[in-house]
Amino acid sequence: MTGATTSPGRLVVDRGTRPKLPPYLKLRHDAGRGRWVLLAPERVLTPDQTAVAVLQLCDGERTVEAIAAKLAEEYSAPVDVITADVLDLLQGLADKGYVKA
Amino acid sequence: MTEEFKANGHCETVSVDDEPTAGVVGSQDMTAELCARAPIGMLAELTHRCPLQCGYCSNPIELERVNNELTTEEWCSVMRQAGEMGILQVHLSGGEPTARKDLEEIVSAATEAGLYSNLITAAVTLKRDRLEDLVKRGLDHVQISFQDVDAENAERIGAYPGATQKKLDVARWVTEMGLPLTVNAPIHRQNIHNVGRYIDLALKLGAQRLEIAHVQYYGWAFLNRAALIPTYEQTIQSIDLVENARERLKGVLTIDMVVPDYYAKRPKPCMGGWGKGFMNITPAGKVLPCHAAESIPELHFDNVREQKLLDIWMNSDAFNAFRGTEWMKEPCRSCAFKEIDFGGCRCQAMAMTRDPRNTDPACALSPYHGEMVALAKAEAAKPATEFVYRNPRNAAEALKTKDESLVPAE
Repeated sequence: MTGATTSPGRLVVDRGTRPKLPPYLKLRHDAGRGRWVLLAPERVLTPDQTAVAVLQLCDGERTVEAIAAKLAEEYSAPVDVITADVLDLLQGLADKGYVKA
Repeated sequence: MTEEFKANGHCETVSVDDEPTAGVVGSQDMTAELCARAPIGMLAELTHRCPLQCGYCSNPIELERVNNELTTEEWCSVMRQAGEMGILQVHLSGGEPTARKDLEEIVSAATEAGLYSNLITAAVTLKRDRLEDLVKRGLDHVQISFQDVDAENAERIGAYPGATQKKLDVARWVTEMGLPLTVNAPIHRQNIHNVGRYIDLALKLGAQRLEIAHVQYYGWAFLNRAALIPTYEQTIQSIDLVENARERLKGVLTIDMVVPDYYAKRPKPCMGGWGKGFMNITPAGKVLPCHAAESIPELHFDNVREQKLLDIWMNSDAFNAFRGTEWMKEPCRSCAFKEIDFGGCRCQAMAMTRDPRNTDPACALSPYHGEMVALAKAEAAKPATEFVYRNPRNAAEALKTKDESLVPAE
């Protein structure tokens, strides 16, 4: 999803980006539905387990590289695959205004 | 309308929009999963009182009286019940929700119930310290309507002198307090030339989101249609402009667009389906599948004063009347799109064909469609009529007259 468009103010996520969720996003576990939801202005986002694992590491301190390394270790998966996946996910969310750095 | 679901494999987006007829929009699988347990969005029309008198208002002509509004405790109970049954987002709307002196307590109740709260306000009477208090109580998001970009025209449309500066002030406070801001732009023939400048305004104000909300013709807007409906060409132009801006402003500004359906070929999936993911509470506590449902005379609506919200959602006749596809007549019944657009809007079918089970006349397959398009084009070609401003006196006048329905094609 990392398209070619660059607008002023658009966050282009790379390995060195330190992503964080803006305070008005609420990541909640919805017990009744047995799933995670990310609540935003007039939106409900439905992250899967992978997305939740990534989002919980987006603290504005860790870089994308560090997040990917940590997940690669936890899930015993190749770090290149995870990095590409994390970049894809975060760029998609950044383009909706849901991830900042 | 949103085009952004399934933007990537790990996180889908479902819209829970406050706009009339928008409702819950997302991929079929995800909306079905989320709504299997309970609706996800609730529009709480706290009051019909409003300092503005916009002729495009989607409220019913017959405005609810103050002394019939739910009490503080009744609204707080609605919030608690909504949270318990699994509703995720509440739109605090009206009328003007800040006209309720107990908005603070209602916001607190929404927060305690775990609801994501959206305040939908005209903002002309909101003071800074009050907004600060609402934010402290957990308010999540503020949406401010701008009747036009040009102050003079905006204040003529809303019949409220000095409105623009007040709105700009409140918009600034919202972003200063760290809350996301939505600029709401109700679009019609008297401001459609300014769609591009609305985008500039939203950027200047640091808004997170802009709603280009073409007026939907219900309630007061139906009454004022000849003063509001743009031409086909204007409509298409404004849609193109927004689509280009969306691409250019990706990651900077989210632009949602509700398009007018009189010129469409396929009807809108009204509310994302009747009684599927959204409910609406009137100032007096009636629970509706959509804000305009009271325009269907055969329906009876249950009230939160007498019944639990969940019970109403599950069992109310009004919710069950047009749930699913069993109620459909032809051409909907055998249509390949029946699970996608749900036959369009029941209230529009009622208003224009006198039968809520008919296909929405916005659908090209409706025998009423040709006449609907012709009517829209003819109205848009004539000079705009004078506004019938939304106020109690005009309501009394308007309720005396009876409008006429369309005649189907031979």
